[in-house]
Amino acid sequence: MKRGSWVPVALTALAIGSTSCGPHESSALARMRAAGVLRWGGDVQGGEPYVFEDEANPGQLTGFEVELADAIARELGVRAEFVQNDWSNLVPSLERNSFDVAMNGLEVTPARADTVRFTRPYFIFSAQLVARRDDPTVTGMASLAGRRVGTLSNSYSWDLLNQSDSIPVSYEGTEEPYADLEGHRVDGVLLDDIIASRYGLVRPSLHLVEDVDDGYYAIACRQADEDLCDAIDDALASIAQSGELRRIFARWNIDADREERLASWTDDDTRAMLLVREHQSFSSHHAMLFVEGAGVTLFVSAFAMCLAVLFGLGLALARMYGPKPLSLLATSYVELFRGTPVLLQLYVLYYGAMPWLRHALDWDSATQYDAMVAAILGLGLNYAAYESEIYRAGIQAIPPGQMEAAKVLGMSQGLALRRVIVPQAVRIALPGMTNDFIALLKDSSLVSVITVVELTKRMTISAVEVRSWLIPGLLCAALYMAMSYPLSVLSRKLEERLARNP
Amino acid sequence: MSEIEDKPASAIEVTGLVKKYGDRTVLKEISYEIGRGQVAALVGPSGGGKSTALRCMTALESFHGGTIRISSAKLTPGAGGSHADEIRKLRLVSGLVFQSWNLFPHMSAVENICEAPVQVKGESPSKAMDHAKELLEKVGLSHRATAMPRNMSGGEQQRCAIARALAMRPEILFMDEPTSALDPQRVGDLVELLQKLTTEEKLTLVMVTHEMKFATELADRALVLYEGLVIEDGPPKEVLESPKDPRTRAFLGLED
Repeated sequence: MKRGSWVPVALTALAIGSTSCGPHESSALARMRAAGVLRWGGDVQGGEPYVFEDEANPGQLTGFEVELADAIARELGVRAEFVQNDWSNLVPSLERNSFDVAMNGLEVTPARADTVRFTRPYFIFSAQLVARRDDPTVTGMASLAGRRVGTLSNSYSWDLLNQSDSIPVSYEGTEEPYADLEGHRVDGVLLDDIIASRYGLVRPSLHLVEDVDDGYYAIACRQADEDLCDAIDDALASIAQSGELRRIFARWNIDADREERLASWTDDDTRAMLLVREHQSFSSHHAMLFVEGAGVTLFVSAFAMCLAVLFGLGLALARMYGPKPLSLLATSYVELFRGTPVLLQLYVLYYGAMPWLRHALDWDSATQYDAMVAAILGLGLNYAAYESEIYRAGIQAIPPGQMEAAKVLGMSQGLALRRVIVPQAVRIALPGMTNDFIALLKDSSLVSVITVVELTKRMTISAVEVRSWLIPGLLCAALYMAMSYPLSVLSRKLEERLARNP
Repeated sequence: MSEIEDKPASAIEVTGLVKKYGDRTVLKEISYEIGRGQVAALVGPSGGGKSTALRCMTALESFHGGTIRISSAKLTPGAGGSHADEIRKLRLVSGLVFQSWNLFPHMSAVENICEAPVQVKGESPSKAMDHAKELLEKVGLSHRATAMPRNMSGGEQQRCAIARALAMRPEILFMDEPTSALDPQRVGDLVELLQKLTTEEKLTLVMVTHEMKFATELADRALVLYEGLVIEDGPPKEVLESPKDPRTRAFLGLED
């Protein structure tokens, strides 16, 4: 497993599920042999050392999986052909017959073993715990009880972390967890050794603490293609026994002693590997986690809205009544924040601005709150731009006679705004503000990209764990409704009041 | 009591006032003086410049030439310099009742009245409240103290607006078209109220109106503004019943 989340894969795979396996006139193996080509799916983007474009020969693919595919094809008496496919959609594309097999660092996890037919493993990876060199308190997984440990969500390591006593922090990419480890936002990162050595251990301040557990990369076939799966199994066995497999690993610097097991691997080992842990079913334990997630959603949204309301008012006033440079600045702010995705703003704030600021201030305490602070700040600063426009419209709706009346009574502009204009404008703006709060509640699901586990993220995690999207999805929707419906009623009441007494 | 001694003899002195909107000159070097305690009516056809003159005198508009002195506040063309100080002085000596009253809709009658004394002058809320009650009684609105503007009739809103202006204890009260939104039978009440106020409070009252009967009943001075010029100036009876200028005669509908 390399990057991305398993969620969309599992979602689509489950959606397509059993229906996609239509009747086969001939076996998959026969068809593949007839075509003379083994078509395998993978993603070249960010695929080193798996499969990626050769810098020396543009247009040529290279990587240990390319060599492995060639070797397997040779064993099968055919030619290997690579099919580019977005990594997170490999399994659904496999189900749609876009290629014969998928091979691109797919970890054998219980959720995935339910949807595809895995061959015997072609690589044994190690889930490696990486920590900061200058943190002697991290000596192994046990030392991280109650502490934050980063990983990719719904990965093999994610499963391991959830069984441990530490607090799992989920990421969507491979760079970010190690960056956060350096930034003291997490105290350890648990990920495959290939990722650890490529993205983690290249950072001088980080070191390998321990190999926590072994996991497997295997080739994914369609559930129905049993004969193809068996044929590839045999091919893999012969490549492993001849020593060719380890020669490939050695060329790519990913060989380790544990790979020795592959040479003597048996079908029983495969069955043991695929032995699916008992399915978790949706329980009150999950429901409690959902309520907790809803609490996080509400917490982030409420504070972000407070910030947006106050800052937005300042922006509107600066734009309308401030001196020229300030007004220009406020206008630029509104255009910038409305014109760029909030997701980008969250990334820049959490991975860019905040670490930079911490460095500049030489301040690295309370880092575990960074994600929450960035979530509130990011959403708040973004929504402030929208709120300021609502206020501006509200202020513009106040008849100019109100400002004149205030001035004639001797009020300064500031006093007139505070006592006369803004209180009336807020009344006009209230229905719009309430609607924005509802939108913010839903947009708050975006903060999961900066490791905050709110309601939607909790739902996707649970859905993968219990292998069903129905109950978690419905419960999640019900909780969002429970939060947004009262607001929507309130908004309607406010609008009615405004219509009665303009 | 030196403050009073310092006060100029006249309440208002306008000298060579010029106001333009773009290329159009709407006030063409007009000059007039209004004495303390006088009740003056600015009359004339619409577009004659009477409302513009009022807006210049209350510093809601800047102007392009001449000077305006309102009691001790001296307004000059443009903005900047000592302008803000002079406008502050102007606000303390004068009040304005708008044509549409412009009460603050989110405040009750009494809150409208107390707002400026408390927020601008820094009066204690209790003192401002006492004064507000006194004023409400004077304008006959005691029973409507806690009413919100949207629940008040036009006449009530106007009287509340008058009380709001008086709460700042002005020497000079400006009124813009005070009769325009009133039922004809209510105009008599307004005349009565304003007569009472000008005598009791020694107010100088300057109003813009197009209602000649109202002007005749209340004012002791009428100025006719016509195409940016003051073409008549004198006691209302004289000016309005036997004007000298043929343009005034035409405007009043008096045939020769």
